[in-house]
Order: sequence, then C-alpha cells, then structure tokens
Amino acid sequence: MPDFAPVIGLEVHVQLNTATKMFCACPNRFGDPPNTNVCPVCLGLPGALPVPNAAAIEAAVKAALYLNCSVSSFSKFDRKNYFYPDLPKAYQISQYDLPIGTRGSLEIEVSGTTRRIGITRIHLEEDAGKLVHAPGASLVDLNRAGTPLLEIVSAPEIFSPEEAYAYLSSLRLLMLYLGISNCNMEEGSLRCDANISLRPAGSSTLGTKVEIKNLNSFKGVQKALAFEIKRQSSLLATGTPIVQETRLYDAATDKTLSMRSKEEAHDYRYFPDPDLVPMTFSPEYLARLRDNLPETPQHRAQRFVSAFGLSQYDATVLTSDPALASYFEDTIAAGASPKLAANWIANNLLSALHQTSTSIGACKIRPPQLAALINLVETGTLSSTSAKTVVFPAVFEKGIDPNAVVAEMGLAQVSDTTQIDQWVVDAIRANPDVLDSLRKGKVKAVAKLVGSVMQMSRGKANAALVSQRIAAILKDMHGIEISG
Amino acid sequence: METVREWLNALRTGECSARDAVTTALERIRTVDPQLQAVIAIDPERALAQADTIDRQRAGGEDPGPLAGLPIGIKDVICEKDVECTCASQILKGYRPPYDATVITMLRRAGAIPVARLNMDEFAMGSSTDHSAFAITRNPWDTNRIPGGSSGGSAAAVAARMLPCALGSDTGGSIRQPAALCGVTGLKPTYGRVSRYGLVAYASSLDQIGPLALTVEDIALLLPHLAGHDPHDATSANLPVPNYPAALFQDLRGVRLGVPKEYFIAGLDPAVETAVRSALHLFARNGADCVEISLPHTEYAIATYYIIATAEASSNLARYDGIHYGWRAPESTTLDEVYSHTRRRGFGEEVIRRIILGTYVLSSGYYDAYYLKALKVRTLIRQDFTRAFDTVDAIVTPTSPTPAFALGEKLNDPLQMYLSDIFTVSVNLAGIPGLSVPCGFSPDGLPIGLQILAKPFDEMMLLRVGHAWQQLTDFHLRRPPVCATSFSRPTTHA
Amino acid sequence: MITPETVAYLARLARIELNETDLARFVPPLQEILAYVAKLNELDTSQVEPTAHVLPLTNVSRSDDPLPSLSNAAALQSAPCTDEGCFLVPPVIE
Ligand SMILES: [Mg+2]
Ligand SMILES: [Zn+2]
Repeated sequence: MPDFAPVIGLEVHVQLNTATKMFCACPNRFGDPPNTNVCPVCLGLPGALPVPNAAAIEAAVKAALYLNCSVSSFSKFDRKNYFYPDLPKAYQISQYDLPIGTRGSLEIEVSGTTRRIGITRIHLEEDAGKLVHAPGASLVDLNRAGTPLLEIVSAPEIFSPEEAYAYLSSLRLLMLYLGISNCNMEEGSLRCDANISLRPAGSSTLGTKVEIKNLNSFKGVQKALAFEIKRQSSLLATGTPIVQETRLYDAATDKTLSMRSKEEAHDYRYFPDPDLVPMTFSPEYLARLRDNLPETPQHRAQRFVSAFGLSQYDATVLTSDPALASYFEDTIAAGASPKLAANWIANNLLSALHQTSTSIGACKIRPPQLAALINLVETGTLSSTSAKTVVFPAVFEKGIDPNAVVAEMGLAQVSDTTQIDQWVVDAIRANPDVLDSLRKGKVKAVAKLVGSVMQMSRGKANAALVSQRIAAILKDMHGIEISG
Repeated sequence: METVREWLNALRTGECSARDAVTTALERIRTVDPQLQAVIAIDPERALAQADTIDRQRAGGEDPGPLAGLPIGIKDVICEKDVECTCASQILKGYRPPYDATVITMLRRAGAIPVARLNMDEFAMGSSTDHSAFAITRNPWDTNRIPGGSSGGSAAAVAARMLPCALGSDTGGSIRQPAALCGVTGLKPTYGRVSRYGLVAYASSLDQIGPLALTVEDIALLLPHLAGHDPHDATSANLPVPNYPAALFQDLRGVRLGVPKEYFIAGLDPAVETAVRSALHLFARNGADCVEISLPHTEYAIATYYIIATAEASSNLARYDGIHYGWRAPESTTLDEVYSHTRRRGFGEEVIRRIILGTYVLSSGYYDAYYLKALKVRTLIRQDFTRAFDTVDAIVTPTSPTPAFALGEKLNDPLQMYLSDIFTVSVNLAGIPGLSVPCGFSPDGLPIGLQILAKPFDEMMLLRVGHAWQQLTDFHLRRPPVCATSFSRPTTHA
Repeated sequence: MITPETVAYLARLARIELNETDLARFVPPLQEILAYVAKLNELDTSQVEPTAHVLPLTNVSRSDDPLPSLSNAAALQSAPCTDEGCFLVPPVIE
C-alpha cells in the first residue's frame, strides 16, 4: 500500500467577547431566553440599518497584527447571500475580497519540533442565529444572530492531526492572550471546520478536498482527521477516487459521515454592502495597536525562565493561560519567592482548581493570600504539611487570610528553643531506654524522642528545630553524636 | 387652508386646534380618496390621540413644536411603530414594525401628525403606482391616468389637497416624477442628508426619503425636521443642517443655471419641451444666467441604474421569506415551500422581474460584466455632474419626458416604463439633490414638472431657485378637477 | 442571450417558484432589458474606478455600549408562526 500524506487546512470562527453585537447595540451574551437580545437590526427587520461596533473592528485588527498578518489600509464589508432560517436578512455581512488581515502565520510545536503555519486571511463577520430541532418543526432563536465573529483561515500547510491540534491550541492561546474571546468550544465561542486531502507521499499536487464540519472539540478535530486519513488512504489504495463533499463528524463513534443531502448550487453573490462604508487604517493607528499588543505566550515563558529561574516546563505550564501567568506574576509581586510560587501554583493550586472545576478568575485564593501562605512556610511559622493539608484548603475554599486561619486553628509552630529544649529534656527523661539504644549505635531510636516531643507539644513544635535540638542536647549532655 | 404654511398659521393662531386639523384631513380623505385611492390605511384614533396631546400641551403653555398639529401622509415604505407597513406588497401583509423610522421620530418631535399610509408601487419599484398589490392610484388631474410613481399616493394626496404634505422616497425619481405628473413640489435630498433608518430598502445606495408639498416654501419648512445626522444610519452625513427657510429670501440674480443638451432628445413630449424652454426664458429675464452644458453619459444612466438598483434589491428583498414577519403562503409544508411559494405569490411580477435581474447581474461569472461595469459607469455619471457644477450653480431639466400616461399603458412593457425615468435616475446615481416644481400644463391639462439639480448638500440652491420660480408663476397653486373648489376653512368641532 | 434555463436557475437561487408558464412570461422582457443594458459595453471603463458609495465616508462605527433590546413579544409580533418564544419553521433537515 503506497503512503499517502494528508494536507489539512483549518477554518476557525472566533466569537469576540464585545459587550454588544457586531452591527447593533444588543448585548452579546450567551444563555438568555430565546429572542430577548434582539432588535430591528439583528432581526433583519425592513428598514433597519447596521452600524459596526468599533470595538469589534479594533479586536479584529489586533488579532490580525498578533498573527503577523498584513493589514491593508482599506477594508470593507460585503454581503454573502443565501437563504437559511437562522439568517434573518438572507445575507450575512462578511468580508470578501478585502479582509482585515492576510498572509499571517502562527508557530506550533509538535514533539519538540517548531513549525510556522501560514494564515491565509482573517476577516470580520456576523454570526447567524440558532436552530433548535423539535419534533416536526424547527425553532429559530436569534439571540446569537449578529454577534461578532472573526474567521481565521489557515493555509493548507498542516500535515498531521497532531499538527492540527497544536495549531488550534496555539491559536486559542493567542486569542486568550489578546483577551478578545472566551474561546469556549462548548459555548461555541470557538468553532472549527477542517479541509483535508491526501496525496502520495512526496507528491506536490493536491488531492480531492473533503470538508469536515460539526467539530466541537480539539480532540474531535484530531480524531476526525485521523479517521479521514484512514478512510481516504484505503479508498486511494484500491484506486477509488475521493468524492469532493462535506462530511459531518460524529463524536460518539469518532467517524465522519457523508452529509448526503442534495447538493444545492451555491452562488453567494458577494457584493459590497451599500449600508456600510469602508474602513481605513492609517499607518499611525496600526503602529499604535502593534506597540500595545500583549507579550506572546512564548515570550512570556522565556521571560519566566530567565527572570525567575523557572524550569522550561514550569514556565510553559504557567503561561498556558494568560490569567494563570498573571496570577503567578501577581503572587511574586505580593512578596512570594518565584520558585515556591511556581511550585504552589503549578501543583497545589492547579489541582485544586481542576478538582473543583474552577477557573483561575473565579479562584477565591488571591495572589496576596497565596504569597502570605508561602511566606508563613518559608519563615517557619507554619509547617509545610499544615500549609498544604489545612491552611491552603481553607483559604482556597473561603478566600480568607491565611494568617487568620493559622491563628484561629492554633497552627503556628513553636520555634522557641527554650521551650523545645525543655520538651527534649523531658522526653529523654521519660525514655531512658533510648539512650541505651543510641549508645549501641541504633540511630533510629531518635525517632522515639521526636515522637515524644511532638506529642508533648501537640504537634506544634517546629520539626526541623526539634531534630536539631535533640542532636545538640544528646551531644552536650550525654556525649552521644548522632549526626554526621 | 391648503399649503403647509396656511395650516401652520391656522394652528398657531388657534383658528384651528390639532384635533380640528386631523379631523379636517381625515374628512378630506373620506371625501376625495374614493376617486383616487391614494391612501392605503388611516388610523384616526392614533392620529387624534396625538392631536389631543398637542392641544393639551399648547393649552398648558408648553411648546408642542414648530410643526405642531400638522397632518402628514407617509408613504407605506417608512416604518411607524406598530402601524402596518406593507410597501404595497402582499408579502408584508400584517407586518407591524416594532420601531419608528428616524424621520418619524423627528417629525413627531416637531409636532407633525402622521395620519395616513400612502399607496406606492410595490417596494417602490415602478413609475406609475399601478404596481401596488392593493389599489391603483389615479392622477387627480385625470383619473384615467397614472399619478406617476413610486410615490404616487403621496403626490396624488397632496395634489388633491387631502393632506398639506407627505413623505415619499426616491430611488430613481420616485418623488420627483410623481410630483411632476401630479403638479406638486417634491424634493429628493442629497444622499446621506436624510436618515434612511426605517425606510424599507429598495436600493440602499440610491434611496432617499424626501417631502412632497404644494410649494417650495412648504418644502423649506419641512426639511429642517427631516435632515440631519443619524447615528443609526452609517451612510448618513455628519454635516450641520442649514437654515433652509433662509433660502426663500434670495432671488435669482447671479445664479448660473446649466441646461444639459442631452436632456432635450427625441421622445421628449413637445408640450414638456415648450414648458421647460419658456421656464428658461423666465429665469433669464429675472436675472439668472442660463448656459448650455453637457452631461455626456446621460444615455447610460438607465442601464446603469437598473443594474445597480436590481442588484441591491435582489439582496434587500431576500429577507421576505415568510419566516420572521409578514405573510407566509398557506399550505407550504416544507421549508423550501415556505420560501419559494411565499416569494412567488407574495411578490408582484415587477418585483420578481427585478429580483431575477439583480440576481443575474451579481451571479458568478456575470458580476464583472454587469455589476462592476455599472459601478464604473456610475463613476463617469458622477464626474459629469462634478464637472458641470464647476461652472454652474444649478441644472435645470424636464422632470419627466412626458406628462402622465394612461393607466396600464406601460404595465406590460417594463423597458418602456424604465425609459420614462431617463431624466431622474442620474441624480440618484450621482447622489445629488433634485427638486421638481410645476412648470406648465399639456394641452390635455396635465401638469408638467421642471427639475432643478444642485451640488451635493446644496439644497439651499434648489429652494432658492424653486421658490423664485414659484414667485413668478402660479402653476403650483392650480387645483385639479377632483377638488375644484378650495378647502378654505378647517372643520371645527365644538 | 439569457435562456429559460438560466432564468429558472436564477429563480431557484432567489427562492421563487417559477413554473413553465411563468418562465414563458418572464423570459422575453428580461432578454429585452439585458439587451438594452449591454449598451454599457460601448464605454471603455478599464481606467475607471467603481463607485460603490457616493459619499466619501469612511470608518463610521459606534461605541460598544449596549442599549435595551426589544421584548420577546415585540420581536415576534409580526411572525407568521411562533412557539416557545421562537420563530417556528418546518423541520430543517441537515
Ligand atoms: Mg464565515
Ligand atoms: Zn440587535
């Protein structure tokens, strides 16, 4: 069987998180009762006119610049004409020949290798409404109609399902860093369609393209593409030509299915929307936006390594979400040591967030509190065990001051040498057999003394100090050397 | 009490209350309209309620606005909140917009009272008002003739003195041509001067709302309450609104009038030519400087217009599909039937013809040859005017090549009907303002209109020339046979 | 020359049901009109920029501030068929 190599292109729709819709002042909000965030404009009522949202345009230009696109000085909106019940005007306001951005790129990393994937175009458009299928009828909800979307089309330069996954992850992270979208696939604020064709390995001519829709997770994209590669390879191996078609991904079976619906001829009859005037972007405006773009995730990770001495791994984990990275930096700013902060966040905090399905934004323990907790441990006021098992969970749950928890629960360690020495002397006196054992070289017998001190102190003695004082007293008062 | 000025005087002096004004207008409609069918619908309760509010305000010493109590007719293509708006189409039967057009908001704020929805060609597509799904409006000067279109209801209602004024819309001449054919005064403002928000779109890059009334003075009184920037219309110009009534105090001395040679062509009715030529003499005798100019691309205007207008219309009218509002064809069980039956039976033939034409000129493979080509010729047509206005202040032409034609005459000959727009469509393509004023009568006693054009946003010049003309003539004050006796006094109610 | 087949195709794109009788009536005037508009080909426009807008306006936009929407009742007040606060349509097969 000859080897076939896939060529993949991805078309991603990113829903912008503006306060209002693309062309009207209705709230751009998810989850309200049907047809309540609607007005004459987004209902497509006769006579209503669109006026573009300045914030959406700016977000689109920023995204184009962040993805290394060229942004031309002139752009415009066009109408894409087709009939569908979720499209009340029977045309979508989109962009055709003069999109906001063209010829950009994005870096991905797959198994240690970094590649640049080209971005063909980025344009701004309005979303359609939603159809709910009921028995014998469909219901149309236009709350989503007219919400702003950024369509980002990759070049056909993705060569494996893993690269597709990496491309989507990278794109999502960049959008999160820009802060222009929630990028929540479940809520549909990030959607993806894939194109895939196969060609004999080494060949440069493209094969017949199949489009896959209904992809609702990054894993789903990867699985659907993997399935298509298998399906198309086995067809090609037997000399069966590939049919150019649209297929739907079925997440339950990880298969793609032919849409088999009548292929209605599509002729979108794009033309410039006469209700909207062109957009122009001056070099000064573009320079100002470019200068104010956020640091990229890669840069931020590098900075974490060089400025804070983190491992590459920790730096990558902490920059995998802009909110998490900022949380980390805020914790340091509140006085925590960078390495300890990185450990606490990457281990304890992330697993607690994960277990409770909480986002970093909704997390009750704020950076100053985490910094305070870290400092309590570092100064010896709090044992690391109590910190992890008692204080952190309480602060995580209630968002209260760690010092208050320590005080309220009486968790402060006893680090007073006089008090500890008294306990040690008492412990030796109460366990005369220990001295005999030690003299015979059974060093492990010390544990009994430690246990006795901890019991006397009800666990509050600073364990490190206890060990240290036991060794000192055994040596000074009994001539027994146990360390070294 | 016929002109806006007369109505406003009566209202201001208290000779007539707002309730009297509305009652008078409604009575005139009841008396005259059965012969003309200019009115699609009236809502007396609503109009009287607004009138009573105004009367209460006035009684309480409040200022109810400069147009307080003035009845106005609204072409059935402009949205009024909760009032059925059909565009004279079956497909919008039952459609009640949940919002007011910006012009309606502005007029109400000034105290004007919309009292009637006026007939038109379906979706403003036509030049005769016999393409209405509901009624054929007749010309008040000869009820066997068309009133012009598409704002035929507006022109006929004003000509027959049912209402002192009305709003129309003009995409290719739809205010000016019926104004000419009915012997009234009509203004198409500069594109962007009056908000289109709430005007049901026919061709968005050409449509403008404008007023029709008996005199230029009346137009000058109304225009300040229509013009101005609207943040709801992205194509609305953000420019100050001049003091239009000030234009009425200027005369013709020193005004340079251009007369385009391309407008005096074969097919121009001799009576129209005679009326326009004598108008030019009168202008010249009164201090204007008349010079021949050339608008060389005039002959391409109709073709350009019908490509651009139908292209935009095919997209603008796609939303009428029986799903979100309006009429749905009964017994359509599949989605496809809802679409294709509703649209086949809900639209009239002229509308279907234009949708198909527009679909064609935008379709893949034909876009460049038709639509893009037309956009380029549009540039040439605009440049003709820009050049002309380097040397003249205004351009004077006939409004329509002929007086009103017989009912149904061009119904089955769409191209002939399109060609009757020859003198008006260029103005929309160029986006400039145009005014039509009465300038004579044909031997059959049919009104003839004179079109005056000016630079973008120079409505002042149109009002100046038009008003000066009406100071020299009385064509605009002559009454059509349907209302041969004047309506001089308001109806007063105890 | 536009053919009945083309007109049928265009009518389909525009979701207008035209039968044979309709086509016979619609085709001739469309042919006549298209023959007329072909006169634009007399002009050389290779050096001419298209005019999509007559006003030299650019960058008209609004600030991202929400305003009240319509009530559900107002949004649906003219709909031919509704259910559960939605527009109701015959089943859409995907
Ligand atoms: Mg798209
Ligand atoms: Zn809205």
